[in-house]
Amino acid sequence: MSARQKIREYINSNLVVLDDEAEFEDADNIFQKGYVNSLFAMKLLNFVESEFQCKVDDSDIVISNFSSVDNIINLVKKKKDIEE
Amino acid sequence: MMDRDNFEKLMTEVKDFVNNKVRPFAGKFEEEEAVPLSLIKEMAERKYLAAPFPAEIGGLELDQVQYGLLTHEIGKGCPSVRALLTVHTSLVGQTLLRMANQEQKDKWLPLLAKGEKIAAFGLTEPDVGTDAKSVQTRYEKQGDHFVITGRKKWITYGHLADVFVIIARNEENVSAFLVERDRENLRTTPIKGLLASRAAYIAEIELNAVRVPEENVIGNLGQGFSYIVNTALDYGRYSIAWAGVSLAEAALEEMVKYARNRSQFGQKLYKFQLIHEMIANAVTKVQTAKSICLQAGEQRNNNADEAIMTTTIAKYYSSKIAMEVATDAVQLHGGNGCCNQYPVERLFREAKIFEIIEGTSQIQQEIISMYGLKKYNRK
Repeated sequence: MSARQKIREYINSNLVVLDDEAEFEDADNIFQKGYVNSLFAMKLLNFVESEFQCKVDDSDIVISNFSSVDNIINLVKKKKDIEE
Repeated sequence: MMDRDNFEKLMTEVKDFVNNKVRPFAGKFEEEEAVPLSLIKEMAERKYLAAPFPAEIGGLELDQVQYGLLTHEIGKGCPSVRALLTVHTSLVGQTLLRMANQEQKDKWLPLLAKGEKIAAFGLTEPDVGTDAKSVQTRYEKQGDHFVITGRKKWITYGHLADVFVIIARNEENVSAFLVERDRENLRTTPIKGLLASRAAYIAEIELNAVRVPEENVIGNLGQGFSYIVNTALDYGRYSIAWAGVSLAEAALEEMVKYARNRSQFGQKLYKFQLIHEMIANAVTKVQTAKSICLQAGEQRNNNADEAIMTTTIAKYYSSKIAMEVATDAVQLHGGNGCCNQYPVERLFREAKIFEIIEGTSQIQQEIISMYGLKKYNRK
């Protein structure tokens, strides 16, 4: 599974709306759409660090780096080579 | 993680400490509206205030299950004493450990570990409780300082703390700051007339243009809610989950003691079937809640993805059953249960608090129900 698919799948499994009510593109801000709650910010940080075996720098722990699939991909790519 | 032998030895010491120096005096602490400073000093010397911290900063290196079990023992003795662990060690200490920069960790964690500085968490406000994202306390940048103005309310250990984590906003940005008590224009006022937690130095904090330097920002500016508040409340919920178990177990112990000693109609209370029902229910609830807390602790140790949800479920369930068991404990005591000569009167009042703090039961139900609607959807 590609990194993008893994991230999408993880977000999908943590939506606070039912699947059939939530459609989002990779560029969509999932927090602004209300598809996830604020608790998810910490879970996403843990997910990125454990799934991609990287340590997110303190300065990168900002919600904008985790607000969309595209932004998460860009954050991970700063840390390591991944196959999108 | 502390090895098994040392942890067993530690827990024996903790139980002795609680049974000799905490539990017999819980009512007195409440009457005097203060956990004695000498007791706090002793807890610090025993390293209980740094129980989950690494050894290099003065901690006992307990893992999450072990720290939960320690919280449980202390909570059985006195909720106001346990509350110090919740705010000082869990909400502030563990959050700094996780989210603060190295300079902040180096400066504050050894002081918190030794109890030389006591910490409190300033989130709730007179008009902002559950809707925590809407804090009205403001900050603005002035040169190389931030200026914070606002009021915080219901701050546990607020009247004793030397340093506060203060959550404030600037427009849409919510940030977290370390604010020392000796900063000019910061004042705390104890809150009287409380239902419970009367010995926990609960206070209102007034910040009237308090200036703090840039280095006091925790995490990144504007990320205080997503990362600092959520991290702190997750640690707090875990602590309160164990607090609920401990209170329920303390109430159960009082039920058993009373049922075995009190006679009515010429026989001990424990001979009556309806008393059996109360005790059976209490035992089942206590053990079930403890199991969920242990599960949450294991998941937290493993950094498992479900840990946040299991912690939420544990907090919701144990606070709910603490109230139920404490209510039955009063009922079993009859008129005596309505008098402060018996601990159940205090336990009954203390139990109610757990359904409110660190996220009300209703908020936990909202979160758990959505989780259930997805997890148990049979496609």
